This record gives sequence, structure tokens and C-alpha cells, in this order.
Amino acid sequence: MSNASFEPAATNSGVRVAGHKGALGKRVLHTVLLVFLVVACLGVPFYLLVVTAGKDQAEALRLSLALPTKWHLFENFGIVLSQGKMIPAFFGSLVVTLPSVVVALIFGSMASWILARRATKAMALVYALCISGLILPPAVVTVMLLLKMIGLAGTAIGMICVYVGIYLSTVIFFVTGFIRTIPISLEEAARIDGAKPMRVFFIIVLPLLGPTMASATILLILYIWNDVFYALFILSGKMDTLPLNLYNVANAGLYLNNWHYIFAYIILMSLPLLIIFAVAQKKIISGITGGAVK
Amino acid sequence: MSDAFAAGPAEKGRKRLGGNRSIGSNSETAVMKKNYPLRFLVPAGAILLVFFFVPTVLNFIYAFTDWSAFKTTISFNGFDNFMSLFKNGILLRDLRTTLVFAFFVALFQNTFGLILAVFLEKDTTENRIARVLFFIPVLMSALAVGYVWQAVLQANGALDQILSFFAGRTISTAWLGSTTWSIVIVSAIQGWKWAGLAMLIYLSGLKTIDEDVLEAAEIDGANSWQIFWKIKFPLLAPAVTFNVATSLLGSMNGFDTVQATTAGGPGGSTEILNLFVWRTFGQGLYSQSTMMSLLLFIVVMIIAIPLIWYLRRREAKIL
Repeated sequence: MSNASFEPAATNSGVRVAGHKGALGKRVLHTVLLVFLVVACLGVPFYLLVVTAGKDQAEALRLSLALPTKWHLFENFGIVLSQGKMIPAFFGSLVVTLPSVVVALIFGSMASWILARRATKAMALVYALCISGLILPPAVVTVMLLLKMIGLAGTAIGMICVYVGIYLSTVIFFVTGFIRTIPISLEEAARIDGAKPMRVFFIIVLPLLGPTMASATILLILYIWNDVFYALFILSGKMDTLPLNLYNVANAGLYLNNWHYIFAYIILMSLPLLIIFAVAQKKIISGITGGAVK
Repeated sequence: MSDAFAAGPAEKGRKRLGGNRSIGSNSETAVMKKNYPLRFLVPAGAILLVFFFVPTVLNFIYAFTDWSAFKTTISFNGFDNFMSLFKNGILLRDLRTTLVFAFFVALFQNTFGLILAVFLEKDTTENRIARVLFFIPVLMSALAVGYVWQAVLQANGALDQILSFFAGRTISTAWLGSTTWSIVIVSAIQGWKWAGLAMLIYLSGLKTIDEDVLEAAEIDGANSWQIFWKIKFPLLAPAVTFNVATSLLGSMNGFDTVQATTAGGPGGSTEILNLFVWRTFGQGLYSQSTMMSLLLFIVVMIIAIPLIWYLRRREAKIL
């Protein structure tokens, strides 16, 4: 399986085209188109985001593409951080996201191992049920009711349980497909040495799941860190996460027409994932492409 | 991935275990039970059961009650919720909006993603940089993306200023003010946000295509247009299945982008089902909210089964 990595790969076609007459012109045209595409599709919104976040209120209100007459970027960051309850919201996001991802990965991969290796009709049905959450929308209103009944509404634990329930199917879907491609002989060798299932799974199988676990981790972090819909139902008013806080900030009277604060907030809240991405972009990109299509 | 929507492990597993069949099915089952104990399914199964399946079943119950914030008791009222939502027209309007939104998100996300994948297919430095850049919107919160685009698309906003500059006269369009087109524009924004992910999945599909096949087609005199549509695109079938199914069915469960750009307006014309669910929940009309949530569940299921069946059959025919 080859991945769309950022590593240069000297493919046959690349060599062939380079040797071709007129290839230089083609390449220049490609680069010009590429720059245009990036500027038009990404440049405009992100430029507006940054310049507006750097303006004062009067200037920001016009939403113009002009540069700020005087940059207020860090000043705006400071105000958003101190008045926007951003720091508790950051920790709220962290407290909810990390356990959800870890628990979903461990429970999901344990189940996947059984689902991949046992081949009965009944197991096929269990598998179908397990991955149904991949496409079926969760019942948000009644899950809220259920959490209230068991006293977990508005708590991080309740939120984590709901996220795990929603995204287990994603993990099981990725990991089951992957385990089927792993030869069974390694497990059998361990079993001959007398290893119990617990040991076989955690010592032999789990370490082999690296690539697919990586892609599942990335997707889960993307979904859960950025989720606002489920958090609105379950955490609203009790606990903050970054997107939930952004929702409240953008809807609050205080911030009405305060584009500079909203945009400063957006830049700050996007930074954690952007930094992780910047550090690990090669792994992330190949992780997603490697895990998704076989 | 392509195994995803298959019937399950049964067919594959049977093939693999075929050789052991002679040992006798009883001892085989016993060995499987010992080596792959069902207790490994328990933690995941328990959470799925309590936090996914039970709420879904409750949906089917509470949608037919008068549950609300204004009463202390809950009693069944049959199809009252459904009928009142049906009669005031909101049910059909929101359902239609959701379907239109999902259709256009799938269209935009896959078109953008596929164009990007083809355009950035070669592993050159500039292409690799562009891939990273187009992945940035995927990392951002959909809510944040929605607010940014709301600003870009305001009357006299960034887009109007750029258009005015090129037109040489003042253009002022409220891009999100049309009751007909706003939903399409919002779906384009959602498509823009997720295009980077679709791009990666199409790219990985393109990378699995055998170089020799393409070379052979080229020697036979096929031009790049023919090579794409006759060879590459059909071979992308598993990626198409994944991307179309997830974008179409996932955006039916959408919320953030629409909430941040139009919040359902103008005049309720962009209110997708989940927006209604949140709005009525906030008003304390829990049973109506539940009814819409149930409706979404049923509609997704009705669309998912034939869609996935069709996409899988298409894959099987090609590959």
C-alpha cells in the first residue's frame, strides 16, 4: 500500500514527463494555476481572518481587506484570553477529548480483534451493529435525558461516555479491517508459548496496529476537539469546551459585531491542532491515507 | 475501508478457516472461544449499548409523548407531534432543506476533493506544500470556518470588495441573504472545509493504481482525459464509496457550519433538521425535538441502505 506522503517519490511518470518536450512550460503553468488556486480558495478567507483579528473595533466592523492602520493582534489575543474564559475552555476541551480518544481506541481495538478473528454469522451481525454508528445519527435529545437519569448530565464523564459511544464505531471499522490483514501466525506462536488472550492481545496484536490506530486517533481528535453539537446538549452551561465557548462568545451581546475578538478567538483556538499538525504533518497525512483505503 | 460496509467478517473468515474445517466444527468453535473470548467485546459493547442504542430506542418512545419542560408528567400522545410538525409545514421544509444540503455537500466536497487530488497528484515540492495548506480547514472547527465565511460573504464584505475591484464598479451582494441559494452556498462552505480530507482519500486511491496500466494506455494512444475517465476514475471506486457515503450521510447530521453562517435563516430557509432539534430543545419542547431527531435517524437509514448497496455493487463490478 503506497501512501500519499510528502516524500518525493521518483515515479516513472515523473521522469517521463520531465524528459518530455514542453515539460517546463507545463510545469510553469501548473505552478501558476496552483498559486492561483491556493490564493483564491485559501488566501482570501485566511487573510481576512488574520487582518480582522489585528484591527480595532471600528476598523474590524467594515470587514475590509485593507491592512489594519495599527496592528492590535496581540492586544486582542490578550482580551480574548482574559475575558473570554478561554483558558478554562481549553482545559475543558482537553479533559473531554483525551480520555474519549484513549478509551475509544482501547475498547474499540479489543472488540475489533474478536470481531476480525471469529467468523460466525452471529459475529457478522454484531459487527454490523458495532459499525452502524458510523452513519446513523446519535439520538442527542434522549441521550441527554439518559445522562440526567444516571446523574452524568453536564459532566465531563457523561460527555466522554457519549463521545466514546458515538466514535467507537469509527475505531472498530478501521481496526477490524486492519486486523484481518495481519497474519494469524504471530498470535499462534505466542499461544503455543502459553500466552493467555489478554497477553496475546496487548503484547502481540496491539503493537501491530500502529498505522491504523494513528489514523483513527487523528480522525477522533478532529471530530471530538471540534465538536459543538453534542457538547451543546450535554455540557451547555455546566462546562466549557473551546467550540462551545466560541459559540457562546459569538452569540453573546458583548461580542455582537466584534469581529476582531471573534477572529482572534478563532486563531487562538485553532492553534493547538495546527501546531500538532505542523509538527507531525507527514505522519498525519500518510496515516489518514494509509488507514482509509486499502 | 472497502470491507467496511460488507456483510461483516463472515465471508472473509470462512475462507481463511476453510482449511481447518476437517478438524470438526465443535472443537474449532471451542478453540475460537478460548483464544478469542467474548469478554473482549464487553467494554465496547456496554458503552455502545448504554450510550448509543438505548438512547436510539428511547427516541422511538419519547417522540410519541408530550414530554416538555412545561409539564412534570409525561404521557403518550400518539402521532400528535408528527402531525403538528407536518401540518405547520416545518417537517417537510426542514427535511427538504436537509436533503438539499446533503446532496450539495456531497457534490462540492467530492468535486473539490477530486480536482485537488488530480491536480496535486505528482509528488513535487509545491504539490506537497499545497496538500498541507488544503488540509488546514479540515483541522479547524466547523463553527470557526462558518464564522470566517460569514464575514467573507457579507454584503460589501471581502468577496464583494474583490469583485468590485475587478468589475470596476461597486458590487454589493448579500450572499447569504437569498432564501433559495443560501443553502447551496452554505453547503459549498462545508464542502470547502472537508475537501482536504476527500483529497487525501482520493490521492491514496490514485497511488494504488498500477503504473503499468497507465503506461499501456498511453502507448495505445489514450489522452490524459481518456486515461482519467476510463481508467483512473473507475479504479477510484473504493475511495468514491467512502467519500460519497460519509459526506452525504455525515452532512445530513450536520449542524455547525449552518449554525455559524446563517443560523437557519433567512426565514428558516436553511434550517436543517439538527438546527430544529437544537432550537426546539432550547425552547423546552423536548418531544418535538425528539420527533425530528427520530425522523433524521429514519431518513438517514432509508437513504444509507440503498446508497451503500449501490456503491458496493459498483465497486464489485469494477474491481
